[in-house]
Amino acid sequence: MIKMEYYLVVSTILMFVGIYGFVTRRNLLAMLISVELILNSVDINFVVFNRFLFPGQLEGFFFTLFAIGISAAETAVAIAIIINIYRNIRNIDAKSLREMKW
Amino acid sequence: MEYTILILLLPFVSFLVLGLAGMKMRPVAAGLFGTAVLAAVALLSYYTAFEYFSAGRDAAGAFPTLIPWNTVWLPIGGELHIDLGILLDPISVMMLVVISTVSLMVHIYSLGYMKGERGFQRYYAFLSLFTMSMMGLVVATNIFQMYLFWELVGVSSYLLIGFYYTKREAVAASKKAFIVTRFADLGFLIGILVYGYYAGTFSFTPAAQTLAAAGAMIPLALGLMFVGGAGKSAMFPLHIWLPDAMEGPTPVSALIHAATMVVAGVYLVARMFPLFIGYAPEVLHWTAYVGAFTALYAAVVACVQSDIKRVLAFSTISQIGFMIVALGVCTSADPHAGGLGYMASMFHLFTHAMFKALLFLGAGCIIHAVHSNEMSAMGGLRRYMPLTHATFLVACLAIAGIWPLSGFFSKDEILTACFAFSPVMGWVMTAIAGLTAFYMFRLYYGIFWGAENRELHAAHTPHEAPLTMTLPLVFLAAVTCVAGFIPFGKFVSADGAAYAIHIDTGVAAVSLCVAAAAIALATWMYARDRQPVADKLAARFSGLHRAAYHRFYIDEVYQFITHRVIFACISTPLAWFDRHVVDGFMDLLARGANGAAYLIRDMQSGSVQRYCIWFLGGALGLTILILLIC
Amino acid sequence: MNILSLFPAVPLVMMLGLWLSKSTRQIHAVMVAGSSLLVALAVVLVVQYLGLRGAGETAPMLFTASHVWYAPLNIHYAVGVDGISVAMLLLSAVIVFTGTFASWQMTTDIKAYFLWFCLLSVGVFGFFVSVDLFTMFMFYEVALIPMYLLIGVWGSGRKEYAAMKLTLMLMGGSALLLIGILGIYFGAGATTMNIQEIAALHNIPLSLQRIWFPLVFVGFGVLGALFPFHTWSPDGHASAPTAVSMLHAGVLMKLGGYGCFRIAMYLLPDAAQELSWIFIVLTTVSVVYGAFAACVQTDLKYINAYSSVSHCGLVLFAVLMMNTAAGTGAVLQMLSHGLMTALFFALIGMIYGRTHTRDIRQLGGLMKVMPFLAVGYVIAGLANLGLPGLSGFVAEMTIFNGAFMHPDTFHRVVTVIACTSIVITAVYILRVVGKILYGTCDNPEHLKLSDATWDERLSVICLVAAIAGMGLAPLWVSDMIRGSVSEIIAHILS
Repeated sequence: MIKMEYYLVVSTILMFVGIYGFVTRRNLLAMLISVELILNSVDINFVVFNRFLFPGQLEGFFFTLFAIGISAAETAVAIAIIINIYRNIRNIDAKSLREMKW
Repeated sequence: MEYTILILLLPFVSFLVLGLAGMKMRPVAAGLFGTAVLAAVALLSYYTAFEYFSAGRDAAGAFPTLIPWNTVWLPIGGELHIDLGILLDPISVMMLVVISTVSLMVHIYSLGYMKGERGFQRYYAFLSLFTMSMMGLVVATNIFQMYLFWELVGVSSYLLIGFYYTKREAVAASKKAFIVTRFADLGFLIGILVYGYYAGTFSFTPAAQTLAAAGAMIPLALGLMFVGGAGKSAMFPLHIWLPDAMEGPTPVSALIHAATMVVAGVYLVARMFPLFIGYAPEVLHWTAYVGAFTALYAAVVACVQSDIKRVLAFSTISQIGFMIVALGVCTSADPHAGGLGYMASMFHLFTHAMFKALLFLGAGCIIHAVHSNEMSAMGGLRRYMPLTHATFLVACLAIAGIWPLSGFFSKDEILTACFAFSPVMGWVMTAIAGLTAFYMFRLYYGIFWGAENRELHAAHTPHEAPLTMTLPLVFLAAVTCVAGFIPFGKFVSADGAAYAIHIDTGVAAVSLCVAAAAIALATWMYARDRQPVADKLAARFSGLHRAAYHRFYIDEVYQFITHRVIFACISTPLAWFDRHVVDGFMDLLARGANGAAYLIRDMQSGSVQRYCIWFLGGALGLTILILLIC
Repeated sequence: MNILSLFPAVPLVMMLGLWLSKSTRQIHAVMVAGSSLLVALAVVLVVQYLGLRGAGETAPMLFTASHVWYAPLNIHYAVGVDGISVAMLLLSAVIVFTGTFASWQMTTDIKAYFLWFCLLSVGVFGFFVSVDLFTMFMFYEVALIPMYLLIGVWGSGRKEYAAMKLTLMLMGGSALLLIGILGIYFGAGATTMNIQEIAALHNIPLSLQRIWFPLVFVGFGVLGALFPFHTWSPDGHASAPTAVSMLHAGVLMKLGGYGCFRIAMYLLPDAAQELSWIFIVLTTVSVVYGAFAACVQTDLKYINAYSSVSHCGLVLFAVLMMNTAAGTGAVLQMLSHGLMTALFFALIGMIYGRTHTRDIRQLGGLMKVMPFLAVGYVIAGLANLGLPGLSGFVAEMTIFNGAFMHPDTFHRVVTVIACTSIVITAVYILRVVGKILYGTCDNPEHLKLSDATWDERLSVICLVAAIAGMGLAPLWVSDMIRGSVSEIIAHILS
């Protein structure tokens, strides 16, 4: 029997890997991937808590399904924006997006 | 006598018609229209005078004061309201006759004088406006109506002086005239405010007990009003605008700056005369001193001017001084006991209007003939312009006070009144009368006798003016000849009762001798081709001569005050202060806010990753904090 | 629907019409129809108002209506007019009408321009018809904001700077105002926002009034060009397009005087009596200072802006004198100054449109080149310096007489000082007239210029007629105002 803590360790690692990647990477795509990692870690938590703490109920699973759906949509939108940025400035470095800065 | 309203309305309508549609009319049509309206006004005025004086006296033996029209124009609040209306009493009726006569003459004269000028229609529109305003001034039923029309005549005068608006001097002169009189009007206005408050009304006849309760405020109000009158009537030191006002067309000078508007100050004092006598006799005497000094000053300056219109302008100032003196020397309202001056002043106003208008119109003919105002361009003109010469001579004799011309009679009354007040005043005024005769004949000889300016006259032979211009001259000369025999005291006197004018033989003899001596002196000095005596005197007293020629530098003093003090020391620093201190402070506030924003804007770097670190760090810090506290 | 609600509603409908219109022709048609309708409405209102008063109606506000808007704060959409607001509505309608014609030649982005112009009128009309503190404040803000865009986009010269300065200063004023209004609301027990009702309660403690009165007075005073908060006026007017200057100086600055009278003085009467001397000093400074500063300016619009400072200072001066005569004079001066300045700015705009300079040193002899505009300018100038027969005289004389009714030395002295402004006014007006209109035209380019077009003539003639009408027959308008003013004054003094 795999204990709940093991799952949580994995999701925590995933979470911090995501945060680390989001903070350090300059490439918009890499940042997006990092955000996905964070989302996935949260998804894992939902499933795990549902499975271990409230076994008779399904809210956690449903929420995870929603989150997956929404993150897919969000990724699509984000990539569309990134592609447009690339078309405009031939570059997807977060630092070079300063047109609308103050 | 309700029809008197037409005396005001007709010129106003004429002003509107000529002002709005004048440019669409042919110049001659516009001129004839204006003149026809004025003729109607003049007839109405004569009829009014006839009816008024033939209606007879009331029980008290005076001509009644009639108010055929009076409506509230603007209520102020409390008891005060500004009325517009028509008040007929002997002096206002007399003024109606004077104004309409001179104005009609000027209208006719201008048909010839202004012929072919650009803006002929505009000229007639302004003349109508002026006539309307002046009529409104004299028939005012209350002091505020007087002030209202007072301002209007000021503006008409401004517009007419600046008629040749492309001429820089004319524009400057019109501006000066308006601003100087406006400055004086400030005194008038404050005087009216004081009067309105303490008398409780703007009318000329407030209740006696309110006046008595006001104490020293009524003399103050009357004194301030006299400041306004002094401005309009060019009393020293507010006279500086009048000589410059000669930049206007000559008929305008005749109408406004000789016969009518400039005597408004005299009229004002005469109108307030009962109050002056009753409550402020000292103020009244002060006006006499001001008038006497002005008369002397202007007469001296007139002796050395070379521009004929300037000479006439200073002579006007001097003669108005006589009128003011005559009013000022009154000590009671009884013409038999110290109140003669009132009648004398009005009489002189009447005769002066006629002969001074005649002088100006004659000067207009001369300027028309030689195209210059300077005496150097004239000389020997009697051969070319006999009619102008004859009428000019009549006017000169009249102003010098030679029997039987009108000036003799009115000046004699003034001198009698002065001698009655104090012998000093009497002798001073007699001397000034002598000076008057001297400078007028200097002018006369300079124009009509003496050396002819042959080159100028060869290039352009002077010629007699057309009929439209000579006709008014003849008419006014005729009036000047007979006006002295009008029993003026029967119509106008200080207490309203009939007063039989009688010549004080002593005074008359003295003044005639002085005048004759002055004329003889002028003849000796100026009648010949060369003027060795005059030149020698001018060289001998060159400082005095130069100072007098420059009008004792009063204009320069004003110039200094306005430009060096007001513009340079008040306005410019104020404008600088406004831009750099007041506005600078506002800008400083804005800059301060802006600078503060720059200081903290680095926090908003726009980098999501930095926000993220801040967020995580913050969350971590908070968590630790909470853990520590729990 | 209440006739008063039509006033803000008509410009709103005009905005809809403008939004739908496709061509310049249609835009002009909408504007002319709408602004004529406004003038007609204003005239109808005046007639009805005078009729009702003639029939013996004594309520302070007529045509009142009230709808709950936000109950928890007692905010109502409440309208009503007295003689003062009727006069102001008439003035605004005339200025909007003539302003439309003064913008006839405008070509850049005309649709957006007129949209903002109409929004501005919504604010102005709304302000004058409302009797609810909050709706008044809201309309006040509605009137301020379009100004920023109108100057910033369609202006000339340093337009961005001027627009920003004007907006910031006026917004600063409305910040004070908002605090003051809330202070009044809560001070009066937080039961009503209606001006009449608050006045009837008369229950704000004096200690609070002392705080709110300066805030409200300064808040409105900024818009009324109170020294030393007037500096937006020269820059703002100099940069604004013609019709905006007209509307701004002609109507918007009146919001300040109106607000000072109707809100600051009326609702905080005890503090007004106690503190008026401070503001009397400030306004006296405004009057003389503006006039002196105008004497040495070289830009036509700056001259007129400083002259506005002086004349609007006179409005506030009269308001603070707290008697019926001076109060009536204040309202008359608002009307008169509105018409005169609108005429001035219209003419300056027209001259500038031809010569492309407003520097008086570069202009001269325009009387010969463009006689119609020049004559209009002379008339405006004469009205400004208080020529009898034109509106300025009526207003100034009523004010001076009213101010002089205070027998104490302080009031006497400030009145005499204020009176001197009539002389200084003559100096700067005649200086300008002499420099730019008279004399000879030295610039050969200027000789080729044309005189006014029909739309410009229409605009000028309307304003001149209004000025002369008010100057020749002031009785009806002064009577209309007097009744309402005396009511307010009686309340202040009670």
